[in-house]
Amino acid sequence: MFKYFPHTKADIDAMLKSLNISSIDELFKDVPESVIFNSDYDVPSYMSESELRTHFAELSKKNQELTLFSGLGLYDHYQPAVIDALTSREEFMTSYTPYQPEISQGTLQYIFEYQSMIQTLTGLEVSNASMYDGATATAEACFMACAVTRRNKVLLSSTLNPNTINVIKTYLKYKELDWDFIVEKDGVVDIEDLKNKLNKDIAGVIVQKPNIYGIVENYEGFSELIKANKSLFVVNADISTLGVLKSPKEEGADIACGDCQSLGMPVAFGGPTLGYLATQKEYVRKMPGRICGYTHDLEGKRAFVLTLQAREQHIRRSKANSNICSNQSLMALFATIYLSTMGKNGLKQVNNLSYQGAHYLYEKLVATGKFFDPFQKPFLKEFTLKTSIAKETLQTALLENGIFGGVGLDIFGERYEGLINFSVTEKRTKAEIDNLVKIVEGLS
Amino acid sequence: MINYNKMIFELSNPGRIGYSLPRERFPEYNIGQIETQYLRKDELLLPEVSELDVLRHFTNISNKNFGVENGFYPLGSCTMKYNPKINEEMAGLKAFRNLHPLQPASTTQGALEVYYNLQQYLSEISGLHEFSLNPYAGAHGELVGLMVIKAYHEDRGDFKRKKIIIPDSAHGTNPASTTVCGMEAVEIVSNERGRVDLESLKAVLSDEIAGMMLTNPNTLGIFENDICEITKLVHEAGGLMYYDGANLNALLGKVRPGDMGFDVMHINLHKTFSTPHGGGGPGSGPVGVTEELAKYLPNPKIKKHEDYYYVENSKDALGQISSYFGNYLVALRAYTYIRTLGKENLRLVGPYATLNANYISNALKTAYELPIAGYCMHEVVFNGLINKETEVKTLDIAKRLLDFGMHAPTIYFPLLFPQSIMIEPTETESKETIDDFINVMHKIAIEAKEQPEILKQAPTTTPIRRTDEVFAAKMMIFSYKDYLEYINNRG
Repeated sequence: MFKYFPHTKADIDAMLKSLNISSIDELFKDVPESVIFNSDYDVPSYMSESELRTHFAELSKKNQELTLFSGLGLYDHYQPAVIDALTSREEFMTSYTPYQPEISQGTLQYIFEYQSMIQTLTGLEVSNASMYDGATATAEACFMACAVTRRNKVLLSSTLNPNTINVIKTYLKYKELDWDFIVEKDGVVDIEDLKNKLNKDIAGVIVQKPNIYGIVENYEGFSELIKANKSLFVVNADISTLGVLKSPKEEGADIACGDCQSLGMPVAFGGPTLGYLATQKEYVRKMPGRICGYTHDLEGKRAFVLTLQAREQHIRRSKANSNICSNQSLMALFATIYLSTMGKNGLKQVNNLSYQGAHYLYEKLVATGKFFDPFQKPFLKEFTLKTSIAKETLQTALLENGIFGGVGLDIFGERYEGLINFSVTEKRTKAEIDNLVKIVEGLS
Repeated sequence: MINYNKMIFELSNPGRIGYSLPRERFPEYNIGQIETQYLRKDELLLPEVSELDVLRHFTNISNKNFGVENGFYPLGSCTMKYNPKINEEMAGLKAFRNLHPLQPASTTQGALEVYYNLQQYLSEISGLHEFSLNPYAGAHGELVGLMVIKAYHEDRGDFKRKKIIIPDSAHGTNPASTTVCGMEAVEIVSNERGRVDLESLKAVLSDEIAGMMLTNPNTLGIFENDICEITKLVHEAGGLMYYDGANLNALLGKVRPGDMGFDVMHINLHKTFSTPHGGGGPGSGPVGVTEELAKYLPNPKIKKHEDYYYVENSKDALGQISSYFGNYLVALRAYTYIRTLGKENLRLVGPYATLNANYISNALKTAYELPIAGYCMHEVVFNGLINKETEVKTLDIAKRLLDFGMHAPTIYFPLLFPQSIMIEPTETESKETIDDFINVMHKIAIEAKEQPEILKQAPTTTPIRRTDEVFAAKMMIFSYKDYLEYINNRG
C-alpha cells in the first residue's frame, strides 16, 4: 500500500470482478503490445516523508540565501504573514478554474476584487483575471494591438527589460508579425525616434516604466503622436510603483501590462509570479484570458461569473485571440490579499520607504567616487550606475558578505557593458545598506 | 458563514490599516522630490482594513469554494488528484523561495539540481530525450512545442510546412496554439469508434504538413489503438508528432509517448504530477523533445558538467518564452511528488486511475448513454441519460451533483456528442467514494424520470443558485468602480 492510493487488495478484486476481468492489464488491451512499457522507470526509489525532509535540507544547503539588492523585475518586498496563511487554504489552492459558479464564488470574488485593484492602479477600465507573467502579458498586448488595428508591426522601446524584449520577439516571430526598436537617449526612450518610425504599419508602441535602468520615464506627447497614427499605446509598469507614479491611463495608454511579483510574492527563483493586462472596454473583445463579471443568481443574490467567454480558445478554437487557457489565479489571490492588507496608504509607504533607501544608497555610492550616474534621471527603488571597480571584483566581494546586488547588466548583452544595477526595497535596513557601502569603499 | 456577502472594498474604513512596515530610516529623502509630472493624481480605490478584517473576509469567501479536500472532484480532463501537503512544505522552504534567478549558479546549486533532475525524470517517464521546464502552463507548452516543430522545418529550409493536423475531439487550445504559432489547423473527423479515422488522415497528408497534435488517450478517454500506424503515416509525410500531455495520467507506468513515436510533447505538472490547480493556475507545462530537436528548446537551459549545474543560453534555441525558469516552485512540487512515489509507485498511477474510471463506466452505463463501447482509460464520456424522453439535460445533472456535495464532471466537452459528461476519478479516490458517486448518479437518473423539476431547480444547497450569465455579458461590470456606477445609475 501507498499513502496516496486507497486501493486495498479486496477493493481491487471487487472492482475487477464487477468488470468481469482478472487483472488491470486487461483494461489496456487497446494498447499495442509493442508500446507497452514493461519495466520500472529509471528514477529513484520512493522516499518516506522524513527522508524527503532530510533530502531537501541537503538541497537547501546548496543554495545560498543572500541579502538582495537586486531587482530587474523581481523585488524583495515585505510579504505580510496573512498571505501565506490565506493562500494555503485548500479551498483556494486545490480548486480548479471556476466553471461551476455555484461552488466557486470564493475564486470568482477574489478575481473580481483583483480586477478592481488592477483597474484602479492602471486607471484603465478592465483588467483580465491575470496572465502568466509580465513578459508574456506584454507579448499578448502586442498581439492585441495587432488584432485591434489590423496592422502587423510593433515598436518596442529599447529601454524595456531585455527578458521582456526576448519573449516578445519569440512570440512575434512565430506568429509572423514584425517589430522595430525605438532608440534610447540618455537612458530613456527617444520621442524623436518614435516620430520617425510611426507609420501606417505600426499597430502599437510598447514602453516600460520604471525602465530597465530603474528610470521613471516621461511620456509627455507620446499618446497624442500614437493616437494620431491610429496605433495603440502600451505601457508596461511594475504594478507596485503605480501606487505613486502616474497611472497608464494618465499617460494616455490604451493597454497596461506588466508583472505583479512586487505585490507580496517571493522572488521564487523567477516564478510563479503573475502578469496583469488591462485595457479600455472598447478593446475588451480582443483581450486574451479570462474575465470575471458581476451578476446575480436566480434569487437575486450577488454573484460573480466568468464572462465574455466567446473570445476564448475553448469556444473559438483556431479563431481565438489567444491560446491562453489558465490564469495565475492563486497568484492573483496573493496580489489581492497584499493590496487589501496594504491599502492605498501602505502601498504609498512601501514606495516611499523603497525610494528613501534607494536614494540613500545611490548618494553614498556616488560619494565614494567609484560610481557615477551616466543618466541623471528620476528613479524610484532601482538605479543604474557605472563604476571604476571591475564587475567581478564588486560582485565577488558582495557575495562573500552575503549580498547579491550590483548586477552587471551585461548579462543581458554587450550593449549594457559597464552598467551596474542596484535595487533597494523597504526591507533593506540602514545597517545592510551601510555595510554594502563599506564593502565597496574597500574595493578598487 | 455561507451567507457572507461583502466585497473587501465594502469593509473599508478610512485610516484603518492592516500592515506593519519598517519605520522611516532616511527621512531626508521623500518621494515628493520626484517632479509632480511623474506622479499620479487619480485617487486609488483600495480598501483600508485591519489585518483581522482581511483574514475574515478571505476565509469567509473561501468557504464558498470547493476544493479537492472538500469532496469528490471528477472533473474530466483536469486530473483533480490529491495535492500532497509535503509538496507545499517543500515549496515553502526559504532556501528556494528567496532565491533571485539572476544569482550566480554557484549560489543556487540546490535549485538547479532540482530543475535538472526533474528534467531527467520527465525524460525517462516520457521516453523522450530532453525537457524544458520553462513553459508556464499546458497551453504555453503547446505553443512552445509547436515553435520547436516550426523551427525544425525552417531550419531545414522547408518553409511551406505550415499545417497542423488536429482531430475534432481535441482540446480548444490545440487549434488556438496553432494559430498563435503562425500555422494553420487542419481538422480531421473522428470515426465511429471515436478515434482518428485513418482515411481522413491520409487525405490531408501532404508536403505542407508540419505535424499532427494528438491526445492519447483522446478526450473521449479511449486509447488511439492505431497509434503506430498514425505516427508512421505522419512521419512518412515529413511531419512531426506532437503529444498533448493532458491525459498522460492514464499512461503513467504503462506507456511512454516517445515509444509511440511522438517527437514533441508537453506535460501538465498540475495534472499528472499532483501540483495544485490554484483555482486556475499557476500550472506548469514542461516540453519534451527527441534528441534531434533538443537544440531548439527555449532559453535559458539548465545543464550539468560533472557535478556542477549551470545556466546556458544557446543560439540554436527557439528563443525565450519566459523571463527565467518558468513556474519554478510548481516544478519543485512535481519533483517532490516523483521522489515521494519513486519508481515503485509511479507505475501504479495509470493502472489505478484506469481501474477507477472503468468501474464507474461499467456501473453507470445502465442509466447513462455510453456512446463508445469498450474499455476506457483514465476517464469516461457519457452522452447524457439513456432515457432521452425527459427534459433533463447534462447541465441539470451537473448542477444536481453539487447538491450532493460533489463537484460536477466536465460537461459539453468533447464536442462530438451533444450531451457530453466527462468523468475522471483519478487514482487517489477510494472505492467507497466512487460507490457514493455511482449511487448519486443513479439517484439522479431516477429523479430525472420521476421528479425532473428537482433537477431543473438544482442546485439549491450551494452558496448561490444558478447565475444570470446574460446579465454579466451585457452589463460588463468588471470592477468595483463599475459596480458603484451601476448601483448609482440604478438609483
